[in-house]
Amino acid sequence: MPSNVFQRIYTKLEAITKATVTLRAEGVSNDELALVAGRLAQVVKIKKDLVTLQVFAGTEGIPTNAEVEFYGEPPALNVGEQLSGRFLNAYGEPIDGGPKVEGERRYIGGPSVNPFKRRQPSELIPTGIAGIDLNNTLVSGQKIPFFADPDQPYNQVMADVALRADVDKIILGGMGLSNDDYLYFKQKFEDAGALDKIICFVNTTEQPPVERLLIPDMALTAAEYFAVDKNEKVLVLLTDMTLYADALSIVSNRMDQIPSKDSMPGSLYSDLAKIYEKAVQLPSGGSITIIAVTTLNDGDITHAIPDNTGYITEGQLYLRKDTDTGKIIVDPFRSLSILKQLVINKKTREDHSQVMNTGVRLFADAANAKTKLENGFDLSDYDLRCLDYAKEYSNRLLSIDVNIKIDEMLDTGWELFRKYFKPEELGIKQSLVDKYWNR
Amino acid sequence: MKTTGKVTGIVSNLVTVEVDGPVAQNELCFIDLDGTKLMAEVIKVNGANASVQVYESTRGLKVGCNVEFEGKMLEVTLGPGLLSSNYDGLQDNLATMEDVFLKRGEYTPALDADKKWDFSPIAKVADKVVAADWLGEVKEGWLPHKIMVPFSYEGEYTVKSIASEGSYTINDTIAVLTDSKGEEHKVTMCQKWPVKVAIKGYKEKPRPFRIMETGVRAIDTFNPIAEGGTGFIPGPFGCGKTVIQHAIAKQAEADVIIMAACGERANEVVEIFKEFPELIDSRTGRKLIERTTIICNTSNMPVAAREASVYTAMTIGEYYRAMGLKVLLLADSTSRWAQALREMSNRMEELPGADAFPVDLSSIISNFYSRAGIVVLNNGQTGSVTFLGTVSPAGGNLKEPVTESTKKCARCFYALSQTRADSKRYPAIDPIDSYSKYLEYPEMEEFFNEKMEQGWVSKVLAARNITLRGKEAYDQINILGDDGVPMEYHLRYWKSELVDFILLQQDAFDNIDCQTPLKRQEYMLNLVLDICNKDYHFERFEKCVSFFKNLINIMRQMNFSEFQSPEFEKYKEQLHNTVENAL
Repeated sequence: MPSNVFQRIYTKLEAITKATVTLRAEGVSNDELALVAGRLAQVVKIKKDLVTLQVFAGTEGIPTNAEVEFYGEPPALNVGEQLSGRFLNAYGEPIDGGPKVEGERRYIGGPSVNPFKRRQPSELIPTGIAGIDLNNTLVSGQKIPFFADPDQPYNQVMADVALRADVDKIILGGMGLSNDDYLYFKQKFEDAGALDKIICFVNTTEQPPVERLLIPDMALTAAEYFAVDKNEKVLVLLTDMTLYADALSIVSNRMDQIPSKDSMPGSLYSDLAKIYEKAVQLPSGGSITIIAVTTLNDGDITHAIPDNTGYITEGQLYLRKDTDTGKIIVDPFRSLSILKQLVINKKTREDHSQVMNTGVRLFADAANAKTKLENGFDLSDYDLRCLDYAKEYSNRLLSIDVNIKIDEMLDTGWELFRKYFKPEELGIKQSLVDKYWNR
Repeated sequence: MKTTGKVTGIVSNLVTVEVDGPVAQNELCFIDLDGTKLMAEVIKVNGANASVQVYESTRGLKVGCNVEFEGKMLEVTLGPGLLSSNYDGLQDNLATMEDVFLKRGEYTPALDADKKWDFSPIAKVADKVVAADWLGEVKEGWLPHKIMVPFSYEGEYTVKSIASEGSYTINDTIAVLTDSKGEEHKVTMCQKWPVKVAIKGYKEKPRPFRIMETGVRAIDTFNPIAEGGTGFIPGPFGCGKTVIQHAIAKQAEADVIIMAACGERANEVVEIFKEFPELIDSRTGRKLIERTTIICNTSNMPVAAREASVYTAMTIGEYYRAMGLKVLLLADSTSRWAQALREMSNRMEELPGADAFPVDLSSIISNFYSRAGIVVLNNGQTGSVTFLGTVSPAGGNLKEPVTESTKKCARCFYALSQTRADSKRYPAIDPIDSYSKYLEYPEMEEFFNEKMEQGWVSKVLAARNITLRGKEAYDQINILGDDGVPMEYHLRYWKSELVDFILLQQDAFDNIDCQTPLKRQEYMLNLVLDICNKDYHFERFEKCVSFFKNLINIMRQMNFSEFQSPEFEKYKEQLHNTVENAL
């Protein structure tokens, strides 16, 4: 990566921690890269001539007389059409045995889009999964994570969503991906014959954790190239952002920063926002949509990572196992797509919002009935109908193995309402009942 | 001579500068990075070392870069043209920037210097005036924008000359004032004011005494906010904080709306950018954007400017208040601002308070809220800044420093409940936890007696009581089962459901239901209370359930219909019959 004419070499480290080294050097600029004993590092603190570097690969075995060479520039990625179909590591170097990527050099983590120049996201991204399309519709330019426990099949669902979505490029940023999952994604993309529109930046669990910090910026720099320069629709997949945040806390800890909640750095919100806010609908037609994964610790969303994420992203999707049907469903209660209002009833049928809300409310009534049942109370006729409805609703609409068109989802909704309920039990606008009840 | 200095240390956006002269706390400076000037603010001074927070990315900054101090604090430019503008936290005009991406070091003027405004004088030659007195006015859209004696002027002045009716730019002299020493001062249509200093120039600040109508039933009916009052909306993510704020911004009965998008999602601001130029204000028939100023520092924009953005918004609000206008200031979210304070305090290695927030967080917040209020101007007219902020409590837990500090100073508390949001009961304002201190103000009670009807407040309290008793009954039903409780419990519970579905819940996306004028709110509250006050006898609880479900269905249709339209009356008739049959 270095291409500088001037490279001053230093050979005396003043201090070494697990993630950082400190030395005396001059003319060093903030954020610039350096090579410390052959390992990539970045300037994170300067105090007079004392420079602290964060060593991405960790400092194991680095001696105090290690050679330090400054690059004079921040981390960068070569961008160009050549990126398509490539598998790269956190530094943007090939891991697929292919040649180096040639192209224009761009610094990663660049400036933000002027909010006034943004366009309002308005294009629906259909996925065929009713738990998403019907209840939590995705829109291009949106950023939304899966909140999932580690044992849930979030990577599979995400891969399905990506391959079904109508986009020009899919960019995967894998952080702390297990080797098995990395190979799964690779295989799945190959099987779909979609390799030409895929770019992967991968850091597996075998690689040092601090390297992960580069992955989202690398993936999003590539995304900005295709969305801004080529006016393409780009979908970025980031998995797993919890491991990214863990890496942040490691670095801030080594730099003696005072931790805030859950031993996370106080800047966690801004750090995550910088990544997620790259999602954008551009005036030229290009867009960046981000689907991420935030793994939870036993479903705890009050932990600082999912909590801060929730405030940044435009909704969140939860997966859970429905014990009645044995299937994995998209949880209709806790999942939310904030941007769905921009397309529902506008890009979809006029009855969409009412079918969606009623469907979920009845599912909630069924959950109450179930609690009653568990507490040993008698169920009313309405309760019993709700329970039957819930089973079919879960099976035919919420389950992640569903793959149908949105109109079909709406028709299925009406079919279930008709089968189990009377119109006055639904509270739907009369004009819609008149039109769709007997269809 | 300006003080200058050199950069000696950098950690993220905290930079230390060795200075060669005097510097002031909060003074502005510019750091020269290869020709690009990065704006920064002094936040700590220690000997010859000043710590500054940089409003931009510090990538590439080196030890030894030159710094020039400005000798003044962060200021905003005040004058006609603020409305319908879109600013960042430092009052740079976002609309006049060319690039799609924000360029660091690019600062654009807040007001258009070439635009001509039609000026008409108010003050006359030889008038005695003090700061904030009105000299003349221009039409800004449909609003009379007063040109005032600059707020920084101390003591009494005499008007020596005043421009005649005509069109002028903001930098033309429109008046010449003579001070007590006989010195002359030229006054233009724009002035500057430091954002962290409150604009005074009014006679008194009485207790709020009338309502600021928002069209949201859960607020106006149940927990009204006073004009010049303060309130806050804490709630976990996904509970609809922003939807409520946007609804209020669209509907509130204010002359001027200032929206500070502070560290939140960019797409939410885009929604305002897109919708407000199209939406019509039903009161004036003008476009919403004409009464709105947007201050936007989204979460990915530089952190230090986030703090500035709320102050910039407040200062602009106070400026319009001094013109005798009703200003509503909305900030989403004040937690992000507090987090920005935390990040800096952390980098300065200060001893942290609770959750690593700075120890003076509470006083910073209450100081900010205290800038809101209704005021009596020198000429006897009133102006007001009503402030409504959102708070994003970590983990949805209200026992955290920002929520607690805000609760101490804000008078209205709109708690958003996760349970309500999960069951899609929007707005998710919790009817039991939320409160408005203004309901306890005797002057407000008086106001309601006149504006609504005699004894209004006790009706509101009766409705609140129904929801409270309903919740207690619901808990009992859950423990003892449907058949294990007396019928009375079912009645109580379903009456509270009626209040909930018909009054508290409101569809922000329905064209009619989204906004309920006070008269309609009064009508519906009376209607619901009448139904609840009747005696019902059901043999089985199922009958009770289906009766109330039916009522809810009919009354929801009423909420979706134009007030007192034939359709509305038809449902009312149906409602009446259903109730009669059950008695």
